[in-house]
Order: sequence, then C-alpha cells, then structure tokens
Amino acid sequence: MLKIKNINTYYGKLHALKNISLHVGAGEIVALIGANGAGKTTILNTISAVTPPSNGEIHFEGNAIHNLSSDGIVRRGISQVPEGRQIFKPFSVEDNLELGAYLRYRSREKRREIQQDKETVYALFPQLLERRKQLAGTLSGGEQQMLAIGRALMAKPKLLLLDEPAMGLAPILVQEIFRVIEELRSRRGTSVLLVEQNARVALKVADRGYVLETGKVILEETASELLANKDVQRAYLGKDKKEIWER
Amino acid sequence: MKIWDTKYECMPREELEQLQLERLQATLNRAYKNVAFYRKMFHDSNIIPEDMRELSGLARIPFTTKEDLRLNYPYGMFAVPLREVVRVHSSSGTTEKSVVVGYTKNDIKAWTNLVARVMTAAGVTRDDMVQITFSYGLYTGAFGFHYGAEAIGASVIPTGTGNTDKQIMIMQDYKTTALVSTPTYAVTLSDRMEKLNVNPKGLSLRVGLFGGEPLSETMRKEIEDRLGIAATDNYGLSEIIGPGVAGECEHRCGMHIFEDAFIPEIIDPLTGVPLPPGSVGELVLTTLTKEAFPMIRYRTGDLTSLEFAPCKCGRTMVRMNKTMGRSDDMLIIKGVNVFPSQIRTVLTAIVGTEPHYEIVIDRRGAKDCMEIHIEAAEGIFFDEMKMQKAFLEMVEKKIRSVIGLSATVKLVAPNTVTRKEGKSGLVIDRRTM
Repeated sequence: MLKIKNINTYYGKLHALKNISLHVGAGEIVALIGANGAGKTTILNTISAVTPPSNGEIHFEGNAIHNLSSDGIVRRGISQVPEGRQIFKPFSVEDNLELGAYLRYRSREKRREIQQDKETVYALFPQLLERRKQLAGTLSGGEQQMLAIGRALMAKPKLLLLDEPAMGLAPILVQEIFRVIEELRSRRGTSVLLVEQNARVALKVADRGYVLETGKVILEETASELLANKDVQRAYLGKDKKEIWER
Repeated sequence: MKIWDTKYECMPREELEQLQLERLQATLNRAYKNVAFYRKMFHDSNIIPEDMRELSGLARIPFTTKEDLRLNYPYGMFAVPLREVVRVHSSSGTTEKSVVVGYTKNDIKAWTNLVARVMTAAGVTRDDMVQITFSYGLYTGAFGFHYGAEAIGASVIPTGTGNTDKQIMIMQDYKTTALVSTPTYAVTLSDRMEKLNVNPKGLSLRVGLFGGEPLSETMRKEIEDRLGIAATDNYGLSEIIGPGVAGECEHRCGMHIFEDAFIPEIIDPLTGVPLPPGSVGELVLTTLTKEAFPMIRYRTGDLTSLEFAPCKCGRTMVRMNKTMGRSDDMLIIKGVNVFPSQIRTVLTAIVGTEPHYEIVIDRRGAKDCMEIHIEAAEGIFFDEMKMQKAFLEMVEKKIRSVIGLSATVKLVAPNTVTRKEGKSGLVIDRRTM
C-alpha cells in the first residue's frame, strides 16, 4: 500500500535520511525503532511532506505522492498524529475533531457524515465524549493523545502515521492507546506506521519493524524476530545493560 | 501440491523486488557496521554501503570467496558477538581448515522455515515419517532437514549415517515414508536391499530428498526405479545457510531459489561480469535475512543457469537448473567455456550408462584441440567398421551441438583410459601455457 524507495531528506546540510526504502502492506502495523536522531520522525514527516524528500520515490496505492503537498497527501488518505500531539489547546475537543475533517467541511451533505464520524471517535474514546465542550488544553496528557488520534481519524485515513503515541503517558494509558490502534486495524483495516521510543510496546502490536541507525535502515524483520534480536534488546529494550558496560 | 509459505513464495515480482532492495540495503549497512572484512572491502573499493539504490547496484560490490572465509577463520566473518550465536556449523570443505558458520536464534528459525519450504515442495507433509541418514555433526545437512521436517509436523527418525542393515530394518519397521540421504547412499541402500532380499516396493517409502552431492538425472532415474520413490532435488551450501537455498517443485523444472532470503546472480567465472538471464555461469549468492553470518556476493563455485519464466506451481521465485559442475573445473578451449560435466551428460545419454572415457586437450600449432577417448565395452563394441564409424560420428555431432566445439572421438581398448580412485572421465590438459 505504501512503498518508499531510496528517499533522502536533508535539514540544511545535514543528511538525515540516507536512501531509505520501506513498505507498509494493507492492514499492516509497522514499527520504526531506533535511538534519538536516527531519523524515525523524519521518515513520517517526509511521507506527509512536512519535510519533503530531496529525491527518492514514495508510492501510495500505486500512485506517486512524493511531489504532493501535505494537504494533497491527507486527501489521498494518509494522516499523521504528530509527536507531542499538537492539538489546538484554546479550542474545544469538538472543534479540534471537526478541524480534522477540514477537507470535507465545505460541502453541506458531508456535514452529516462528519457528525457520524465524530460519534465513531467518541465510541472509540468515551472520555472525549464526556469532555467534548471542554477546552483541549485542559485535558490530561492521555486524553490529549486520544484527541490527537481522534482528530487524525476524522480525515478517514487509510494509513495512519503515529509519532510517539506513548510518550509521557502512564502505562495504563499506553495500553489503552495501543488497544485502539489494534482495533482500528482489525475493524477498519487501517494500516499504521508507528514511531515509538517504547520499542517493547510497539513491537507487541506491530507485525514488522525496521531498525534505524543514523539515517539508515540496518534491519528489517518481523516484530517477533526483532524482539528476539539481541542487538535490539540491548539498544532499545533496555536488556543486558550490565553486559554493555563490560564490553 | 502444497506451498509452505505462500506469502513469500508466491509474492508478486514487483513486491519481491521492493522487499529485496529493503533487505539488501539493511544487510549492507549491517555488514559494514559489524564485520571488519566487509568494512575494509567497501573502503578499498570506494563504495559507501548506504549508496546502494538499486538491486542492480550489487554488481559493483566485490565478491566474497571461499578463500576470504578461510583467511577469516574461525569467527572473522561473524556479524554478531559470539554470545548471540546459538549454533556453529562447519562447511564440508575437504581442505585442512574448513569454514565456520554461525546462527543466531532468529537465523535458526529462518533456516527451519526455508527447509520446510523445500520439503513441502518435495511433497513431504505432516503425515510423513522422515528418516534422516546424514551425519548429525558439524555439517548442516542433518539439522537443516531435521528442523524443516519438524516444522511441517512430520515425524523425524534421526538415524544418522552408517549401519545400512539397521537403516533398512528401521525403514521397514518404523514405516519410513520419506528418505533424506545422499544419492550415493540411496543406491547403497537399494544394493543392500537386493542382497537381503528386501523388496523396496514393499516398503512405505514414497519420497526422497537428496543432498551432499549433485543428483544427476541418471542417478535420479536409477533411485526412482529401484526404490519406487519420487526423488527430488534441492540446493544449499553451509556458507550460505545449509539446505534451504532452493528446492524443486512437482513440475521438476529447476529448483526455486527463495529470493526473499537470497539474491542469486550468474557471473562469468573468469571475468566476474554478471551474465544475462539464461546464461550458464557461476552462481553468486547474497543473503538478505541472516544475522550472524551475512554473505555478500559469495561465489559458490557451482555452475548453473537461472530461469525467470513463471512456473506452473504458482511460485514466483526464480528457478536454478541442476548444477553442471564446479567453476574451477571449467576448461577454455579455443576461447569457449567447456564444462567436463557437459561431455559426461552427452556420453551418458548416448550410451545409456556412464562409459569409461577421458578428455585429452592438446595444442597443435596455435590451435587447441580436444579428443575424447571412450573405452570399448559391452554396448559400445562393433564388429563392423561402418557401424563404429557411424557411432563415433554421431557422438561427435552431438558434442558439437551441445558445447559448440568439435572434438575428435576415438574408441580405445578396455582399461586403457586414465583412472583416478577408480573413476574415469578425467581431463588431461597437455597444453603448455
């Protein structure tokens, strides 16, 4: 469904992504793992054209999308949940959700559809329903994350780009967020490309993963293989710490 | 017949190429990072591993040879620390220092899955009793087939090598349905059965998987006729993973190479230049998923050709033809690459069995010439000069059509051609360079 071939992205002179190739199949959950600065978020930002690639190809459902602008990419069915949520804090929960459907807002007949989509989001995250009139800035961290995901879903994406959804959340909330991600896949067939520091949680829900290091892919394996890989365990799962020091 | 891993074995070529590129890029980056040999190789040839943008770019990377593996004996080529290696095997090299290969937990899992594909393609199912007569030791053969059979759910009888009488008894009593052995040992088994008055057709045996040495078509036919089984061919080598590199499907039109795990190339053994699809040359393999022992452009030394046309079985994976010998055996006569095995195949096809013969190459003036001396024997004996002449002309014509060179064929008296350890078919090269 998503196919990336040899993308290179620069921040000024900094070569952040070096010939990255990866793919996400229909209904697949794929995790990107790696240390800080490895290029995980840059990959998501490159797909969504926030930081467009200098060269390389990105195909979505068979069509090239690497020359599209961000709104064009949302129109094709790719939504990003950015790191740090980036919700509109002075707006109500409901307004935030409606903003997620901005592509459809101008058409009268689609308004009803938007209403229904909001109901679906509320069904996924009942807490948001309780707080729909509340200002988004007054929500807890977990609720803000739910809102950010809910807002992305309002664009009816076929592929969801999730950047650090578990960051700063209590373990119980992390579980809740990942339950929803799995539900989205099983109920709607939404594909997910997931960036997560918490590699253990990410690999539990993911089907496959790519390990990144300084802008390069160094490993592509199934999630269970990655969990069993000693390099991954040491570097990203916090195991064997003592042995690193002895090395 | 069933396919073990349809997701990969039947993957559309376009998807497969994307997967290969992703895995190749990751393998190169990983090998560069973790193996001093590859880091030096990339530096020396001025290649930056992350610059690999296309599968065809692989051709720019130097080869890895068996000599490289020997120089890095024992652990120099490992890409992970030894504590992550859960298994060590050794190649069946006959030379003093063989090659040591290692596997991580994930490598063993991947290997198991690959051999399960080979065995499923050969027709093994969970209902089979698989008797493994390979040596359970340093070699990869026995363990590879053992894991593959268990993954399928078949019952494994790990008899190991030797004790032919006991092997036959087990085969009868345990109701073995699948035999894993070398082709030679399958013949030994049927010889022994004849002596013991055991009727092979009365056994439950129905399929054979062979390894350790090439399964020639004459050998295959003999085994099938005498043991009453379907004899299937597969390909593997321990430097790459062991068995599980390629396996034959029910259509018997070459062995499917599992391209999600290996990239095959065919090169000219002399110049190292990649050859177009269909040409005969040396097989070069690059591993795509191995963690402990990645191999980049490993020269297998085996001569074969690749067949990219889709196969009726539904697998999209390329097929390799039966290996035609070793590239070190290749002769160059009048600038043409000639493999002694081609001559053997021609002679065997004409005579019916393998005759005793020798190939003599000489230089007359500036020209190379080839003579083939065949010993007269039962079946190749003629009272009439005319018939003999016709036979020799027929052989010459056939050889010319197969190798594209003319050779003089002569009939000689029994027991006059050169033999080595009882084997004939040797090449005597009298040319002085």
